[in-house]
Amino acid sequence: MVQESRIRVLIAKPGLDGHERGAHVVAYGLRDEGFEVIYTGLRQTPEQIVSAAVQEDVDVVGLSILSGAHLSLTRKVMEGLKAKGANDILVTVGGIIPEEDREALERMGVGGVFTSGSKIKDIAAHIRTRLGEMCPHEEENRGLFTEGTQATAGTGHEGQ
Amino acid sequence: MEERMETLIREMKNGDQRSLARLISCVEDRQAGWKDVMKSIYPGIGKACVLGITGSPGAGKSTLAGEIARRFLDRGLSLGIIAVDPSSPYSGGALLGDRLRMRDISTNPGVFIRSMATRGALGGLCQAARDVMRIMDAAGKDVVLIETVGVGQDEIEVVSASDYVVLVTFPGQGDGIQAIKAGVMEIADLFVVNKCDRDGADVMASEISAMLELSSEAGQERPPVMMTSAFTQEGIDDLCGVLSEFINQKKARGKPQRDHVRNEVLGLLEREMVGMLRERIMENGKLESALDAILEGKGDPYSAAEELMARVHLVRSRPGERKEDTRG
Repeated sequence: MVQESRIRVLIAKPGLDGHERGAHVVAYGLRDEGFEVIYTGLRQTPEQIVSAAVQEDVDVVGLSILSGAHLSLTRKVMEGLKAKGANDILVTVGGIIPEEDREALERMGVGGVFTSGSKIKDIAAHIRTRLGEMCPHEEENRGLFTEGTQATAGTGHEGQ
Repeated sequence: MEERMETLIREMKNGDQRSLARLISCVEDRQAGWKDVMKSIYPGIGKACVLGITGSPGAGKSTLAGEIARRFLDRGLSLGIIAVDPSSPYSGGALLGDRLRMRDISTNPGVFIRSMATRGALGGLCQAARDVMRIMDAAGKDVVLIETVGVGQDEIEVVSASDYVVLVTFPGQGDGIQAIKAGVMEIADLFVVNKCDRDGADVMASEISAMLELSSEAGQERPPVMMTSAFTQEGIDDLCGVLSEFINQKKARGKPQRDHVRNEVLGLLEREMVGMLRERIMENGKLESALDAILEGKGDPYSAAEELMARVHLVRSRPGERKEDTRG
């Protein structure tokens, strides 16, 4: 039986922040990299984000924050995921993040900080690498090393 | 069955959302052991009522599904929602945005929302979606809502696997005929003209009614045509009234129909056979040389397919001299 797994990513915008262009760009870009991207829309509470991450069984949560509240919002999301036993999900943060806050975010368990100017290819590569490290035995299942340009698995393009 | 799966099923039945989510992934991804999961839950299913919501992009299906769900939750029903969006045929990725329209209910513990990409593999969507419906059913949901763009054979099949089909249209997408000509008319149990706060909604509703009148036999019951607006909330309570009436009837009904079961068994069988064939054809390397020949102008796709088929031996030994098949 052909495995049909795909990396699933939740792109979420927590808090009072109306700027979603960056989140859109990342969502479209990751889709083109072959990921399944779930987009939550603006002004989500940390509870909504945690609940979406659990129900959608995503591999990655990408938080987009431009409001300056990245430390407290990210902390709440991390705590929420932990409370649901879902702290194995990779969390990345993007947006306007001062360089001096990077370390604090990483201490919370954030597995990647991408400020403006980050390249989609780099974000995708980072996600593939981190997921590969987290569950090496699932590398093949998850299609971690398939290129974004490959058509859907199981449609006759495999086995070349 | 693997112990991990057994634990997940037990936890799911106890109401654990993460286990439910994990089982859905396992089955959707066709991970090892997915069939064992389905076999294990199959005997207990059939309790949930499955409502299909379909219609063209932008008709307001997700918003309407969210509104329906909110009202059912208020009445104490539990719900599973499956929102299907297309995968990109180029990258295989997908952007799933239906959840965005249901944020009012997204943290309600009575509802479980799952986005699903079509993934476009060999008519696999229909079966995978049906499997996900069953898992939600086994998790004890009273109602499962599945919403999908009703375009293409595969997606029509998905909704036709549900107990009751709602077709959502809206004014301003050409005339009424445009909205319902793609063969979806036959599968709808109820027509909704959404966004009825806009001009042209009543004209659209009467066009649909007229068309239904033409296409149905005298004395035959015609599907109702209703008008709703998620913006003004008009008509949504009435719609939910009709749906809950159906849900109550379904509780008294039961038993799957023979035709549906036949189609499902054949579908599973076909998928299995195609997978097996493909594996064998790929394996002996003949496919690539056939492609080379075609590209060099020395062959054609039709003969190549015939020749490849001729090389595959489905049954390798005659009865009586049965040997273990090396290619399982």
